[in-house]
Amino acid sequence: MRSVASGVVGVGYTDISPNSGRSTLQLATEAAQAALADAGMTAADVDGLVTYHLDDSDPALGLAQSLGLDDPGVMVDWSDGGGNLACGVVGLADAAIRAGMAHTVIVYRSLNGRSGRRLGGMGQGVDTTGVRQFMTPAGWTTYPEMIAMWARRHMEVYGTTPEHLGTIAVKSRAHAKDNPRAQKREPITLDDYFASPLICDPFRLYDICLESDGACAVVVTAMDRARDTAKPPVGVLAAAHGGTGSGPGADLADVLGMGDLARNFGYAVRDRLYGMAGVTAADLDFAEIYDCFTASVILQLEGFGIVGPGEAGPYVAGDDTFSLGSKLPINTHGGLLSEGYLHGLNHVTEAVLQLRGECGPRQVPDAELALVTAGAMATGSALVLGRV
Amino acid sequence: MAATKPIPTLRGEEKVYFEEAKNGRLVYQLCRDCAQRIFYPRTVCTNCMSENLEYVASAGKGTIYSFTTLHVPGHPEFADDVPYTVVLVDLEEGVRVLADLVDCDPDDVKVGMSVEVLFEAVTEDFTVPRFRPSAQ
Repeated sequence: MRSVASGVVGVGYTDISPNSGRSTLQLATEAAQAALADAGMTAADVDGLVTYHLDDSDPALGLAQSLGLDDPGVMVDWSDGGGNLACGVVGLADAAIRAGMAHTVIVYRSLNGRSGRRLGGMGQGVDTTGVRQFMTPAGWTTYPEMIAMWARRHMEVYGTTPEHLGTIAVKSRAHAKDNPRAQKREPITLDDYFASPLICDPFRLYDICLESDGACAVVVTAMDRARDTAKPPVGVLAAAHGGTGSGPGADLADVLGMGDLARNFGYAVRDRLYGMAGVTAADLDFAEIYDCFTASVILQLEGFGIVGPGEAGPYVAGDDTFSLGSKLPINTHGGLLSEGYLHGLNHVTEAVLQLRGECGPRQVPDAELALVTAGAMATGSALVLGRV
Repeated sequence: MAATKPIPTLRGEEKVYFEEAKNGRLVYQLCRDCAQRIFYPRTVCTNCMSENLEYVASAGKGTIYSFTTLHVPGHPEFADDVPYTVVLVDLEEGVRVLADLVDCDPDDVKVGMSVEVLFEAVTEDFTVPRFRPSAQ
């Protein structure tokens, strides 16, 4: 267990929509300013910026200029930055603060993921580098195909069913009802789920998150400062990033990156993560689990030791699991499936709001300790956040 | 009419792989130092970092490890092909490859199904390996 060096003291969002009508730099600036206002800080307090993207956003340099930052000590664009990095970026801010490179860091993600550059294939040139040189000519161009391979193996090995996947969509949507930020707030049933069209089996439309425009940001600052900000700090208790690659040449999309696709990166990072925080999965009050697809939740519930291998399907379908009011509420904002795809950083922001007790009708009572995860395949990252 | 199929620029490791496909051979790499079998082709071994790799032709037979059938094209260039199935295949030689599956109703695809390779010319200069259910 290590000492807590930094805390999240501010959270900011833009609206989340299918068409923002403005640039990714404008969105980033709005979210950053909202996060600073939430913290009771100004841009003059900031000496670091960290973001991640897949060449679909502005560089950190752009936000530095937009905020008028003078010589920030840390300015990072973490590339090949899919959702696998959405927690790693907060870990990087914490590391920079520990190293004395920065004192107050804005971590953000901004994208026009629906109206602008969409992830994967549609409407953009086909990427033909690395493993994609072999995938693309065979007709594998987007993430649903890749992650469907994991889902299929889990179903094959453990008997996970389409009903289990559908239950995640249904229960996530129920949480979005009480989230004004969420794009989809109308409840759905399992019948609705099975009526939604197959996209690439086993994935139906409701298994897949909402491509979105928008931005969100958090302000991370050293604990000495965090005690004096406008809102109570949320401690970065642990951060871990890693996973299993297939050796030289692998990239994020490398579906050959793990031998056993019934498992994903969670198994590789959990011991480091929980050990750093001095907690176990049993101690968690709630969890925000990266849900680019329903099946990625199944694999991570097992990978992060919330249930044993093969148990996640029956677990999510249980009468008193996943939902608000259960022992471990999951994806309290509706997740990427119903709130929107701000590429996973909106799991971090929701966890902070929950730990500060600001979530109104969807508030988890006495929320003190949260797991936040990011990633669906061979690599990913995770945080343990808590009241300090 | 869908757009032209995407074709990688053949420069390095991938060049050998696709040229061999044009000759009707499905190749993987074998590390001469540690015997690791490697797909897709690289310049260094995924196990021991050796650069002492050779291309070996597979018999082209294996079983499906996982699959998905696309009902909506991931890219406009495949709009005329849906529904189509993409597969991970465990070759008998002990290496996993990826491709698409042809000559098989999507409802009949199963994990563990025996498949064999065939080759299809996308253009005069570019051929892709594909799989179909095994004859027997």
